[in-house]
Amino acid sequence: MSNRSEALTRTRVVPATPERDAPARRRGWLLPILSMPMLVLLGLPLLALLLRVDVAELGRNLASPTVLRALSLSLTTATAAALLALLLGTPLAYLLARRTFRGRRLVDTLVDLPMVLPPAVAGIALLLVFGRRGWLGAPLEAAGISIVFTPVAVVLAQLFVAAPFYIRSAAAGFAEIDGELEQAAALDGASDFDVFRHVTAALAWPAILGGIVMTWARALGEFGATIIFAGNFPGRTQTMPLAIYLGFERDLDLAVTLAFLLLAASFTVLLVVHWSLGRRP
Amino acid sequence: MTRMAGTGILFGTCHVRDTRPSTIAGAAHGGSGRPAAALRWLFACVAFLLLTACTPPAQPGRPELVVFAAASLTDAFAEIGARFGEEHGATVTFNFAGSQTLAGQLTSGAPADVYASANARQMQAAIDAGRIEPADVRDFASNGLVIVIPRDNPASIGSPADLAAPDLKLVLADAAVPAGQYSLQFLDNASGDPAFPPGYGAAVLANVASYEENVRAVLAKVTLGEADAGIVYSSDVTGTQRDQVQLIAIPAAVNVVATYPIAPVADSAQPELARAFADFVVGPTGQAILEKYGFDHVQP
Repeated sequence: MSNRSEALTRTRVVPATPERDAPARRRGWLLPILSMPMLVLLGLPLLALLLRVDVAELGRNLASPTVLRALSLSLTTATAAALLALLLGTPLAYLLARRTFRGRRLVDTLVDLPMVLPPAVAGIALLLVFGRRGWLGAPLEAAGISIVFTPVAVVLAQLFVAAPFYIRSAAAGFAEIDGELEQAAALDGASDFDVFRHVTAALAWPAILGGIVMTWARALGEFGATIIFAGNFPGRTQTMPLAIYLGFERDLDLAVTLAFLLLAASFTVLLVVHWSLGRRP
Repeated sequence: MTRMAGTGILFGTCHVRDTRPSTIAGAAHGGSGRPAAALRWLFACVAFLLLTACTPPAQPGRPELVVFAAASLTDAFAEIGARFGEEHGATVTFNFAGSQTLAGQLTSGAPADVYASANARQMQAAIDAGRIEPADVRDFASNGLVIVIPRDNPASIGSPADLAAPDLKLVLADAAVPAGQYSLQFLDNASGDPAFPPGYGAAVLANVASYEENVRAVLAKVTLGEADAGIVYSSDVTGTQRDQVQLIAIPAAVNVVATYPIAPVADSAQPELARAFADFVVGPTGQAILEKYGFDHVQP
Protein backbone atom coordinates (compact mmCIF):
# COMPACT_ATOMS: atom_id res chain seq x y z
CA MET A 1 0.00 0.00 0.00
CA SER A 2 2.71 2.45 0.89
CA ASN A 3 4.62 1.57 -2.25
CA ARG A 4 1.59 2.28 -4.31
CA SER A 5 0.82 5.63 -2.78
CA GLU A 6 4.41 6.78 -2.98
CA ALA A 7 4.67 5.83 -6.61
CA LEU A 8 1.44 7.64 -7.23
CA THR A 9 2.50 10.89 -5.65
CA ARG A 10 5.53 11.00 -7.82
CA THR A 11 3.60 10.95 -11.02
CA ARG A 12 0.24 12.45 -10.29
CA VAL A 13 -1.61 14.35 -7.66
CA VAL A 14 -3.18 12.17 -5.05
CA PRO A 15 -5.66 13.75 -2.71
CA ALA A 16 -4.34 13.44 0.82
CA THR A 17 -7.11 11.53 2.49
CA PRO A 18 -7.12 11.62 6.30
CA GLU A 19 -6.40 7.90 6.76
CA ARG A 20 -3.42 8.09 4.43
CA ASP A 21 -1.69 11.23 5.62
CA ALA A 22 -1.93 12.53 9.14
CA PRO A 23 -0.57 16.05 8.37
CA ALA A 24 -3.42 16.63 5.92
CA ARG A 25 -5.79 16.99 8.84
CA ARG A 26 -4.03 20.15 9.93
CA ARG A 27 -5.89 23.30 9.09
CA GLY A 28 -4.28 26.60 8.14
CA TRP A 29 -4.30 29.13 5.38
CA LEU A 30 -0.60 29.48 4.67
CA LEU A 31 -0.30 26.44 2.43
CA PRO A 32 -3.37 27.17 0.31
CA ILE A 33 -2.26 30.78 -0.07
CA LEU A 34 1.25 29.77 -1.10
CA SER A 35 -0.27 27.37 -3.62
CA MET A 36 -2.33 30.06 -5.27
CA PRO A 37 0.24 31.67 -7.63
CA MET A 38 1.06 28.35 -9.27
CA LEU A 39 -2.58 27.40 -9.54
CA VAL A 40 -3.46 30.76 -11.07
CA LEU A 41 -0.59 30.46 -13.52
CA LEU A 42 -1.81 27.02 -14.59
CA GLY A 43 -5.49 27.86 -14.64
CA LEU A 44 -5.69 31.40 -15.98
CA PRO A 45 -4.51 30.73 -19.57
CA LEU A 46 -6.90 27.80 -19.82
CA LEU A 47 -9.73 29.94 -18.49
CA ALA A 48 -8.92 32.68 -21.00
CA LEU A 49 -8.99 30.10 -23.78
CA LEU A 50 -12.30 28.75 -22.57
CA LEU A 51 -13.93 32.18 -22.43
CA ARG A 52 -12.70 32.99 -25.92
CA VAL A 53 -14.52 30.01 -27.46
CA ASP A 54 -17.42 30.93 -29.69
CA VAL A 55 -20.17 28.32 -29.36
CA ALA A 56 -21.45 28.75 -32.93
CA GLU A 57 -17.90 28.40 -34.25
CA LEU A 58 -17.44 25.30 -32.11
CA GLY A 59 -20.52 23.67 -33.63
CA ARG A 60 -19.37 24.51 -37.13
CA ASN A 61 -15.92 23.07 -36.49
CA LEU A 62 -17.25 19.91 -34.91
CA ALA A 63 -19.11 19.26 -38.17
CA SER A 64 -15.99 19.90 -40.29
CA PRO A 65 -14.40 16.70 -41.61
CA THR A 66 -10.89 18.19 -41.43
CA VAL A 67 -11.25 18.89 -37.72
CA LEU A 68 -12.77 15.51 -36.99
CA ARG A 69 -10.04 13.73 -38.91
CA ALA A 70 -7.37 15.69 -37.05
CA LEU A 71 -9.00 14.91 -33.72
CA SER A 72 -9.39 11.21 -34.41
CA LEU A 73 -5.86 10.99 -35.83
CA SER A 74 -4.54 12.65 -32.68
CA LEU A 75 -6.42 10.32 -30.36
CA THR A 76 -5.45 7.14 -32.25
CA THR A 77 -1.78 8.02 -32.76
CA ALA A 78 -1.32 9.14 -29.15
CA THR A 79 -2.94 5.94 -27.93
CA ALA A 80 -0.76 3.85 -30.24
CA ALA A 81 2.34 5.68 -29.00
CA ALA A 82 1.33 5.11 -25.37
CA LEU A 83 0.74 1.38 -25.96
CA LEU A 84 4.05 1.05 -27.80
CA ALA A 85 5.78 2.83 -24.93
CA LEU A 86 4.23 0.29 -22.57
CA LEU A 87 5.30 -2.64 -24.74
CA LEU A 88 8.82 -1.48 -25.59
CA GLY A 89 9.51 0.66 -22.55
CA THR A 90 8.64 -1.82 -19.80
CA PRO A 91 11.67 -4.11 -20.28
CA LEU A 92 13.97 -1.08 -20.34
CA ALA A 93 12.33 0.39 -17.24
CA TYR A 94 12.69 -2.92 -15.43
CA LEU A 95 16.31 -3.22 -16.51
CA LEU A 96 17.07 0.25 -15.17
CA ALA A 97 15.29 -0.51 -11.89
CA ARG A 98 16.76 -3.95 -11.20
CA ARG A 99 20.20 -4.32 -12.74
CA THR A 100 23.49 -2.57 -12.34
CA PHE A 101 25.74 -2.80 -15.36
CA ARG A 102 28.53 -0.96 -17.11
CA GLY A 103 27.20 2.05 -18.98
CA ARG A 104 24.06 2.20 -16.89
CA ARG A 105 24.50 5.89 -16.31
CA LEU A 106 24.82 6.37 -20.06
CA VAL A 107 21.56 4.52 -20.67
CA ASP A 108 19.91 6.55 -17.92
CA THR A 109 20.99 9.81 -19.54
CA LEU A 110 19.94 8.59 -22.97
CA VAL A 111 16.43 7.95 -21.68
CA ASP A 112 16.26 11.49 -20.28
CA LEU A 113 17.59 13.13 -23.41
CA PRO A 114 14.41 13.22 -25.55
CA MET A 115 12.70 15.11 -22.72
CA VAL A 116 15.16 18.00 -22.91
CA LEU A 117 15.78 17.90 -26.65
CA PRO A 118 13.90 20.58 -28.60
CA PRO A 119 11.22 18.61 -30.48
CA ALA A 120 12.32 20.10 -33.79
CA VAL A 121 15.75 18.56 -33.27
CA ALA A 122 14.05 15.25 -32.52
CA GLY A 123 12.21 15.56 -35.84
CA ILE A 124 15.43 16.14 -37.76
CA ALA A 125 17.15 13.26 -35.98
CA LEU A 126 14.25 10.96 -36.84
CA LEU A 127 14.46 12.06 -40.48
CA LEU A 128 18.14 11.16 -40.52
CA VAL A 129 17.33 7.64 -39.35
CA PHE A 130 13.94 6.88 -40.89
CA GLY A 131 14.03 9.28 -43.85
CA ARG A 132 14.28 8.04 -47.41
CA ARG A 133 18.05 8.44 -47.26
CA GLY A 134 18.31 7.58 -43.57
CA TRP A 135 20.14 4.70 -41.92
CA LEU A 136 17.05 2.55 -41.59
CA GLY A 137 14.86 4.49 -43.98
CA ALA A 138 16.94 3.74 -47.08
CA PRO A 139 16.75 -0.08 -46.76
CA LEU A 140 13.06 0.19 -45.88
CA GLU A 141 12.47 2.36 -48.92
CA ALA A 142 14.19 -0.25 -51.06
CA ALA A 143 11.75 -2.78 -49.63
CA GLY A 144 8.88 -0.54 -50.65
CA ILE A 145 8.13 0.82 -47.18
CA SER A 146 8.17 4.53 -46.62
CA ILE A 147 7.64 6.07 -43.22
CA VAL A 148 7.98 9.84 -43.59
CA PHE A 149 4.66 11.60 -44.37
CA THR A 150 2.63 8.65 -42.99
CA PRO A 151 0.74 8.11 -39.70
CA VAL A 152 3.52 5.68 -38.73
CA ALA A 153 5.88 8.67 -38.67
CA VAL A 154 3.45 10.52 -36.42
CA VAL A 155 3.46 7.62 -33.94
CA LEU A 156 7.26 7.30 -34.10
CA ALA A 157 7.73 11.01 -33.41
CA GLN A 158 5.33 10.82 -30.47
CA LEU A 159 6.97 7.67 -29.15
CA PHE A 160 10.44 9.20 -29.33
CA VAL A 161 9.43 12.35 -27.51
CA ALA A 162 6.99 10.87 -25.00
CA ALA A 163 8.20 7.36 -24.11
CA PRO A 164 10.82 8.63 -21.60
CA PHE A 165 7.99 9.85 -19.38
CA TYR A 166 6.68 6.30 -19.13
CA ILE A 167 10.12 4.70 -18.73
CA ARG A 168 11.05 7.09 -15.91
CA SER A 169 7.79 6.59 -14.07
CA ALA A 170 7.72 2.82 -14.46
CA ALA A 171 11.40 2.44 -13.49
CA ALA A 172 10.77 4.43 -10.31
CA GLY A 173 7.76 2.26 -9.59
CA PHE A 174 9.72 -0.97 -10.09
CA ALA A 175 12.57 0.30 -7.92
CA GLU A 176 10.18 0.87 -5.02
CA ILE A 177 9.23 -2.78 -4.88
CA ASP A 178 10.96 -4.91 -2.31
CA GLY A 179 13.14 -7.42 -4.12
CA GLU A 180 12.42 -9.96 -1.39
CA LEU A 181 8.78 -10.16 -2.47
CA GLU A 182 9.91 -11.17 -5.95
CA GLN A 183 12.42 -13.65 -4.55
CA ALA A 184 9.77 -15.20 -2.31
CA ALA A 185 7.42 -15.67 -5.23
CA ALA A 186 10.25 -17.20 -7.27
CA LEU A 187 11.11 -19.58 -4.41
CA ASP A 188 7.49 -20.67 -4.36
CA GLY A 189 7.96 -21.81 -7.93
CA ALA A 190 6.61 -18.89 -9.92
CA SER A 191 8.24 -18.37 -13.31
CA ASP A 192 10.08 -15.11 -14.06
CA PHE A 193 7.17 -13.88 -16.14
CA ASP A 194 4.65 -14.82 -13.45
CA VAL A 195 6.71 -13.01 -10.83
CA PHE A 196 6.81 -9.93 -13.00
CA ARG A 197 3.13 -10.09 -13.82
CA HIS A 198 1.67 -10.96 -10.44
CA VAL A 199 4.16 -9.29 -8.13
CA THR A 200 6.22 -6.57 -9.80
CA ALA A 201 3.71 -5.22 -12.31
CA ALA A 202 0.83 -5.63 -9.90
CA LEU A 203 2.57 -3.58 -7.21
CA ALA A 204 3.99 -0.99 -9.59
CA TRP A 205 0.67 -0.64 -11.38
CA PRO A 206 -0.05 2.96 -10.31
CA ALA A 207 3.40 4.09 -11.49
CA ILE A 208 2.91 2.24 -14.77
CA LEU A 209 -0.50 3.75 -15.35
CA GLY A 210 0.65 7.20 -14.30
CA GLY A 211 3.55 6.97 -16.73
CA ILE A 212 1.30 5.80 -19.54
CA VAL A 213 -1.07 8.70 -18.96
CA MET A 214 1.79 11.20 -19.04
CA THR A 215 3.17 9.64 -22.21
CA TRP A 216 -0.26 9.72 -23.81
CA ALA A 217 -0.74 13.36 -22.85
CA ARG A 218 2.69 14.36 -24.11
CA ALA A 219 2.10 12.44 -27.36
CA LEU A 220 -1.23 14.17 -27.83
CA GLY A 221 0.41 17.59 -27.61
CA GLU A 222 3.40 16.68 -29.79
CA PHE A 223 4.02 19.27 -32.48
CA GLY A 224 7.64 20.04 -33.38
CA ALA A 225 8.91 16.56 -34.15
CA THR A 226 5.67 15.63 -35.91
CA ILE A 227 5.59 18.53 -38.36
CA ILE A 228 9.22 18.00 -39.30
CA PHE A 229 9.25 14.22 -39.46
CA ALA A 230 5.71 13.39 -40.58
CA GLY A 231 4.80 16.57 -42.41
CA ASN A 232 1.33 18.01 -42.54
CA PHE A 233 -1.39 16.35 -44.59
CA PRO A 234 -5.04 16.53 -43.50
CA GLY A 235 -6.35 13.11 -42.52
CA ARG A 236 -2.95 11.45 -42.78
CA THR A 237 -0.43 13.28 -40.63
CA GLN A 238 -2.20 16.46 -39.55
CA THR A 239 -2.77 15.99 -35.83
CA MET A 240 -4.63 18.52 -33.71
CA PRO A 241 -1.55 20.51 -32.65
CA LEU A 242 -0.62 20.94 -36.34
CA ALA A 243 -4.17 21.93 -37.25
CA ILE A 244 -4.16 24.40 -34.36
CA TYR A 245 -0.84 25.93 -35.40
CA LEU A 246 -1.86 26.35 -39.04
CA GLY A 247 -5.29 27.54 -37.97
CA PHE A 248 -3.54 30.20 -35.90
CA GLU A 249 -1.83 31.54 -39.03
CA ARG A 250 -5.20 31.87 -40.73
CA ASP A 251 -7.67 32.74 -38.05
CA LEU A 252 -7.22 33.04 -34.29
CA ASP A 253 -10.79 31.99 -33.51
CA LEU A 254 -10.37 28.79 -35.49
CA ALA A 255 -7.19 27.99 -33.55
CA VAL A 256 -8.90 28.69 -30.24
CA THR A 257 -11.82 26.45 -31.13
CA LEU A 258 -9.55 23.60 -32.16
CA ALA A 259 -7.49 24.04 -29.01
CA PHE A 260 -10.64 23.87 -26.94
CA LEU A 261 -11.66 20.61 -28.65
CA LEU A 262 -8.26 19.08 -27.96
CA LEU A 263 -8.36 20.26 -24.36
CA ALA A 264 -11.86 18.90 -23.83
CA ALA A 265 -10.94 15.52 -25.31
CA SER A 266 -7.73 15.17 -23.28
CA PHE A 267 -9.36 16.47 -20.11
CA THR A 268 -12.10 13.86 -20.40
CA VAL A 269 -9.63 11.02 -20.93
CA LEU A 270 -7.36 12.14 -18.06
CA LEU A 271 -10.32 12.57 -15.75
CA VAL A 272 -11.62 9.10 -16.53
CA VAL A 273 -8.16 7.61 -15.91
CA HIS A 274 -7.70 9.47 -12.62
CA TRP A 275 -11.18 8.53 -11.51
CA SER A 276 -10.76 4.85 -12.30
CA LEU A 277 -7.33 4.83 -10.66
CA GLY A 278 -8.73 6.49 -7.56
CA ARG A 279 -11.44 3.87 -7.34
CA ARG A 280 -9.06 0.94 -7.41
CA PRO A 281 -9.40 -1.02 -4.17
CA MET B 1 -4.35 49.13 -38.77
CA THR B 2 -2.78 51.91 -36.75
CA ARG B 3 -1.62 49.37 -34.20
CA MET B 4 -0.09 47.19 -36.87
CA ALA B 5 1.79 50.08 -38.40
CA GLY B 6 3.07 51.05 -34.96
CA THR B 7 4.39 47.57 -34.33
CA GLY B 8 6.03 47.64 -37.71
CA ILE B 9 7.89 50.82 -36.89
CA LEU B 10 9.20 49.45 -33.62
CA PHE B 11 10.13 46.16 -35.13
CA GLY B 12 11.76 47.40 -38.27
CA THR B 13 13.83 50.12 -36.72
CA CYS B 14 14.97 48.26 -33.64
CA HIS B 15 16.04 45.40 -35.86
CA VAL B 16 18.16 47.74 -37.94
CA ARG B 17 19.72 49.31 -34.87
CA ASP B 18 21.05 45.93 -33.84
CA THR B 19 23.13 45.79 -36.96
CA ARG B 20 24.86 49.04 -36.15
CA PRO B 21 27.45 48.59 -33.48
CA SER B 22 28.31 52.23 -32.91
CA THR B 23 24.90 53.67 -32.07
CA ILE B 24 22.17 52.92 -29.58
CA ALA B 25 22.47 49.16 -29.91
CA GLY B 26 26.01 49.42 -28.58
CA ALA B 27 24.78 51.16 -25.45
CA ALA B 28 22.18 48.45 -25.01
CA HIS B 29 24.77 45.72 -25.17
CA GLY B 30 27.01 47.55 -22.76
CA GLY B 31 24.17 47.86 -20.29
CA SER B 32 22.82 44.34 -20.67
CA GLY B 33 24.34 43.29 -17.37
CA ARG B 34 22.33 45.92 -15.52
CA PRO B 35 18.59 45.35 -15.87
CA ALA B 36 17.71 48.87 -14.78
CA ALA B 37 19.94 50.39 -17.42
CA ALA B 38 18.55 48.05 -20.08
CA LEU B 39 15.04 48.93 -19.04
CA ARG B 40 15.83 52.61 -19.16
CA TRP B 41 17.24 52.14 -22.59
CA LEU B 42 14.11 50.29 -23.65
CA PHE B 43 11.87 53.07 -22.41
CA ALA B 44 14.07 55.61 -24.09
CA CYS B 45 13.91 53.66 -27.34
CA VAL B 46 10.13 53.39 -27.22
CA ALA B 47 9.67 57.04 -26.33
CA PHE B 48 12.15 58.03 -28.97
CA LEU B 49 10.42 55.99 -31.64
CA LEU B 50 7.02 57.29 -30.68
CA LEU B 51 8.26 60.87 -30.84
CA THR B 52 10.19 60.67 -34.05
CA ALA B 53 8.31 57.84 -35.78
CA CYS B 54 11.41 56.15 -37.01
CA THR B 55 13.88 58.92 -37.73
CA PRO B 56 17.29 57.55 -36.88
CA PRO B 57 19.93 59.87 -35.49
CA ALA B 58 22.45 60.83 -38.14
CA GLN B 59 26.09 60.07 -37.50
CA PRO B 60 28.06 63.27 -37.49
CA GLY B 61 29.73 63.99 -40.80
CA ARG B 62 28.05 61.18 -42.68
CA PRO B 63 24.79 61.64 -44.55
CA GLU B 64 22.17 59.10 -43.60
CA LEU B 65 19.72 57.58 -46.01
CA VAL B 66 16.55 55.94 -44.70
CA VAL B 67 15.29 53.16 -46.95
CA PHE B 68 11.90 51.51 -46.45
CA ALA B 69 12.17 48.05 -48.01
CA ALA B 70 9.98 44.96 -48.25
CA ALA B 71 10.91 42.22 -45.75
CA SER B 72 11.78 39.74 -48.52
CA LEU B 73 14.59 42.08 -49.56
CA THR B 74 16.28 41.94 -46.14
CA ASP B 75 19.38 39.94 -47.06
CA ALA B 76 19.91 41.39 -50.52
CA PHE B 77 19.40 45.01 -49.45
CA ALA B 78 21.63 44.68 -46.41
CA GLU B 79 24.47 43.87 -48.80
CA ILE B 80 23.45 46.53 -51.30
CA GLY B 81 23.24 49.09 -48.48
CA ALA B 82 26.75 48.25 -47.30
CA ARG B 83 28.20 48.56 -50.81
CA PHE B 84 26.34 51.80 -51.51
CA GLY B 85 27.46 53.22 -48.19
CA GLU B 86 31.12 52.50 -49.02
CA GLU B 87 30.90 54.06 -52.44
CA HIS B 88 28.97 57.17 -51.40
CA GLY B 89 30.30 57.72 -47.90
CA ALA B 90 26.80 57.47 -46.50
CA THR B 91 25.06 55.40 -43.87
CA VAL B 92 22.07 53.48 -45.14
CA THR B 93 19.47 52.66 -42.53
CA PHE B 94 16.75 50.18 -43.43
CA ASN B 95 13.25 49.76 -42.19
CA PHE B 96 12.32 46.24 -43.31
CA ALA B 97 8.67 45.24 -42.98
CA GLY B 98 5.77 43.95 -45.03
CA SER B 99 5.11 46.24 -48.00
CA GLN B 100 1.64 47.00 -46.72
CA THR B 101 3.00 48.12 -43.37
CA LEU B 102 5.62 50.29 -45.06
CA ALA B 103 3.02 51.91 -47.33
CA GLY B 104 0.89 52.56 -44.24
CA GLN B 105 3.83 54.21 -42.50
CA LEU B 106 4.58 56.36 -45.54
CA THR B 107 0.93 57.33 -45.85
CA SER B 108 0.86 58.45 -42.24
CA GLY B 109 3.91 60.64 -42.85
CA ALA B 110 6.90 58.62 -41.65
CA PRO B 111 10.10 60.33 -42.85
CA ALA B 112 11.97 58.27 -45.44
CA ASP B 113 14.23 58.74 -48.44
CA VAL B 114 13.61 55.63 -50.55
CA TYR B 115 10.77 53.11 -50.77
CA ALA B 116 11.22 49.61 -52.24
CA SER B 117 7.98 47.64 -52.37
CA ALA B 118 7.34 43.95 -53.08
CA ASN B 119 4.41 44.78 -55.33
CA ALA B 120 2.97 47.55 -57.44
CA ARG B 121 -0.16 47.92 -55.33
CA GLN B 122 1.61 49.12 -52.20
CA MET B 123 3.78 51.46 -54.31
CA GLN B 124 0.55 52.88 -55.71
CA ALA B 125 -0.69 53.46 -52.17
CA ALA B 126 2.40 55.60 -51.49
CA ILE B 127 1.84 57.46 -54.79
CA ASP B 128 -1.79 58.09 -53.87
CA ALA B 129 -0.64 59.52 -50.55
CA GLY B 130 1.56 61.99 -52.46
CA ARG B 131 4.84 60.60 -51.07
CA ILE B 132 6.12 59.24 -54.39
CA GLU B 133 6.20 60.81 -57.85
CA PRO B 134 4.79 58.27 -60.36
CA ALA B 135 7.50 59.18 -62.87
CA ASP B 136 10.24 58.13 -60.42
CA VAL B 137 9.04 54.55 -60.02
CA ARG B 138 11.19 51.84 -61.60
CA ASP B 139 10.82 48.07 -61.41
CA PHE B 140 14.12 46.60 -60.21
CA ALA B 141 13.53 42.91 -59.55
CA SER B 142 11.03 40.14 -59.83
CA ASN B 143 10.51 37.01 -57.87
CA GLY B 144 8.53 34.04 -59.09
CA LEU B 145 7.70 30.50 -58.05
CA VAL B 146 10.19 27.81 -58.98
CA ILE B 147 10.17 24.06 -58.67
CA VAL B 148 12.96 22.70 -56.46
CA ILE B 149 14.14 19.14 -56.82
CA PRO B 150 16.92 17.26 -55.02
CA ARG B 151 20.36 17.46 -56.59
CA ASP B 152 20.15 13.86 -57.90
CA ASN B 153 16.54 14.26 -59.09
CA PRO B 154 15.29 10.79 -58.08
CA ALA B 155 11.92 11.20 -59.80
CA SER B 156 13.48 12.41 -63.09
CA ILE B 157 11.58 15.65 -63.22
CA GLY B 158 12.50 17.73 -66.25
CA SER B 159 9.64 20.18 -66.58
CA PRO B 160 6.68 21.52 -64.59
CA ALA B 161 4.40 19.08 -66.47
CA ASP B 162 6.27 16.18 -64.83
CA LEU B 163 4.84 17.15 -61.43
CA ALA B 164 1.65 15.37 -62.52
CA ALA B 165 3.43 12.02 -62.95
CA PRO B 166 2.00 9.33 -60.67
CA ASP B 167 3.85 8.12 -57.54
CA LEU B 168 5.75 11.30 -57.01
CA LYS B 169 6.22 12.95 -53.62
CA LEU B 170 5.56 16.65 -53.74
CA VAL B 171 5.64 19.10 -50.85
CA LEU B 172 3.93 22.47 -50.95
CA ALA B 173 3.71 25.27 -48.43
CA ASP B 174 0.40 25.26 -46.59
CA ALA B 175 -2.29 27.61 -47.87
CA ALA B 176 -2.01 29.45 -44.54
CA VAL B 177 1.24 31.06 -45.78
CA PRO B 178 1.56 33.21 -48.96
CA ALA B 179 3.84 30.80 -50.83
CA GLY B 180 1.21 28.09 -50.35
CA GLN B 181 -1.55 30.27 -51.70
CA TYR B 182 0.54 31.23 -54.72
CA SER B 183 1.44 27.58 -55.38
CA LEU B 184 -2.26 26.73 -55.56
CA GLN B 185 -2.81 29.73 -57.79
CA PHE B 186 -0.07 28.53 -60.14
CA LEU B 187 -1.70 25.09 -60.35
CA ASP B 188 -4.98 26.79 -61.07
CA ASN B 189 -3.39 28.90 -63.81
CA ALA B 190 -1.70 25.86 -65.31
CA SER B 191 -4.91 23.83 -65.31
CA GLY B 192 -6.50 26.42 -67.58
CA ASP B 193 -3.47 26.66 -69.84
CA PRO B 194 -3.39 24.61 -73.07
CA ALA B 195 0.37 24.07 -72.65
CA PHE B 196 -0.36 21.81 -69.66
CA PRO B 197 -2.15 18.45 -69.85
CA PRO B 198 -5.84 18.39 -68.91
CA GLY B 199 -6.48 17.74 -65.22
CA TYR B 200 -2.95 18.96 -64.39
CA GLY B 201 -3.83 20.70 -61.15
CA ALA B 202 -5.75 17.75 -59.70
CA ALA B 203 -3.03 15.28 -60.70
CA VAL B 204 -0.35 17.42 -59.04
CA LEU B 205 -2.40 17.87 -55.87
CA ALA B 206 -2.85 14.09 -55.70
CA ASN B 207 0.95 13.86 -55.37
CA VAL B 208 1.18 16.19 -52.39
CA ALA B 209 2.68 14.34 -49.43
CA SER B 210 2.68 17.30 -47.07
CA TYR B 211 1.61 20.93 -46.79
CA GLU B 212 4.53 22.39 -44.85
CA GLU B 213 4.09 25.21 -42.40
CA ASN B 214 6.63 27.44 -44.12
CA VAL B 215 8.77 27.70 -47.21
CA ARG B 216 11.99 26.82 -45.36
CA ALA B 217 10.45 23.47 -44.39
CA VAL B 218 9.55 22.78 -48.04
CA LEU B 219 13.17 23.43 -49.00
CA ALA B 220 14.48 21.27 -46.17
CA LYS B 221 12.33 18.30 -47.22
CA VAL B 222 13.63 18.58 -50.77
CA THR B 223 17.24 19.10 -49.70
CA LEU B 224 17.06 15.97 -47.53
CA GLY B 225 15.55 14.04 -50.42
CA GLU B 226 12.37 13.23 -48.51
CA ALA B 227 10.35 14.85 -51.26
CA ASP B 228 10.89 14.52 -55.02
CA ALA B 229 9.89 18.12 -55.60
CA GLY B 230 8.63 21.26 -53.92
CA ILE B 231 7.43 24.69 -54.98
CA VAL B 232 8.96 27.81 -53.42
CA TYR B 233 9.76 31.40 -54.29
CA SER B 234 12.96 31.81 -56.24
CA SER B 235 14.39 34.22 -53.64
CA ASP B 236 13.82 31.62 -50.91
CA VAL B 237 16.62 29.46 -52.31
CA THR B 238 19.72 31.24 -51.08
CA GLY B 239 23.27 30.59 -50.01
CA THR B 240 24.37 26.99 -49.66
CA GLN B 241 20.94 25.69 -50.62
CA ARG B 242 21.62 26.75 -54.19
CA ASP B 243 24.17 23.93 -54.41
CA GLN B 244 22.00 21.33 -52.74
CA VAL B 245 19.01 21.49 -55.04
CA GLN B 246 18.16 21.98 -58.69
CA LEU B 247 15.66 24.56 -59.86
CA ILE B 248 13.13 24.17 -62.65
CA ALA B 249 11.59 27.38 -63.96
CA ILE B 250 7.85 27.81 -64.14
CA PRO B 251 6.74 29.60 -67.34
CA ALA B 252 5.84 33.25 -66.78
CA ALA B 253 2.42 32.71 -68.38
CA VAL B 254 1.24 30.55 -65.48
CA ASN B 255 3.63 31.73 -62.76
CA VAL B 256 2.65 34.01 -59.92
CA VAL B 257 5.31 36.68 -60.25
CA ALA B 258 5.86 39.55 -57.87
CA THR B 259 7.51 42.64 -59.38
CA TYR B 260 9.41 44.95 -57.04
CA PRO B 261 9.30 48.72 -57.72
CA ILE B 262 11.64 51.29 -56.14
CA ALA B 263 11.44 55.08 -55.99
CA PRO B 264 12.95 57.99 -54.06
CA VAL B 265 10.48 59.57 -51.67
CA ALA B 266 9.32 62.91 -53.11
CA ASP B 267 9.88 64.95 -49.95
CA SER B 268 13.25 63.41 -49.09
CA ALA B 269 15.63 65.84 -47.41
CA GLN B 270 18.47 64.49 -49.57
CA PRO B 271 16.89 63.88 -52.98
CA GLU B 272 20.20 63.38 -54.81
CA LEU B 273 21.42 60.66 -52.49
CA ALA B 274 17.99 58.99 -52.59
CA ARG B 275 18.03 58.99 -56.37
CA ALA B 276 21.58 57.67 -56.36
CA PHE B 277 20.49 54.75 -54.18
CA ALA B 278 17.63 53.86 -56.56
CA ASP B 279 20.07 54.09 -59.48
CA PHE B 280 22.50 51.85 -57.62
CA VAL B 281 19.83 49.18 -57.07
CA VAL B 282 18.79 49.25 -60.73
CA GLY B 283 22.43 49.41 -61.88
CA PRO B 284 24.83 46.49 -62.46
CA THR B 285 26.12 46.15 -58.87
CA GLY B 286 22.66 46.16 -57.34
CA GLN B 287 21.34 43.74 -59.93
CA ALA B 288 24.25 41.35 -59.41
CA ILE B 289 23.61 41.29 -55.66
CA LEU B 290 19.88 40.79 -56.15
CA GLU B 291 20.54 37.93 -58.54
CA LYS B 292 22.78 36.31 -55.95
CA TYR B 293 19.82 36.29 -53.57
CA GLY B 294 17.48 34.65 -56.07
CA PHE B 295 15.76 37.65 -57.60
CA ASP B 296 15.24 37.88 -61.35
CA HIS B 297 16.02 40.81 -63.60
CA VAL B 298 13.17 42.89 -64.86
CA GLN B 299 13.14 43.53 -68.60
CA PRO B 300 12.91 47.30 -69.02
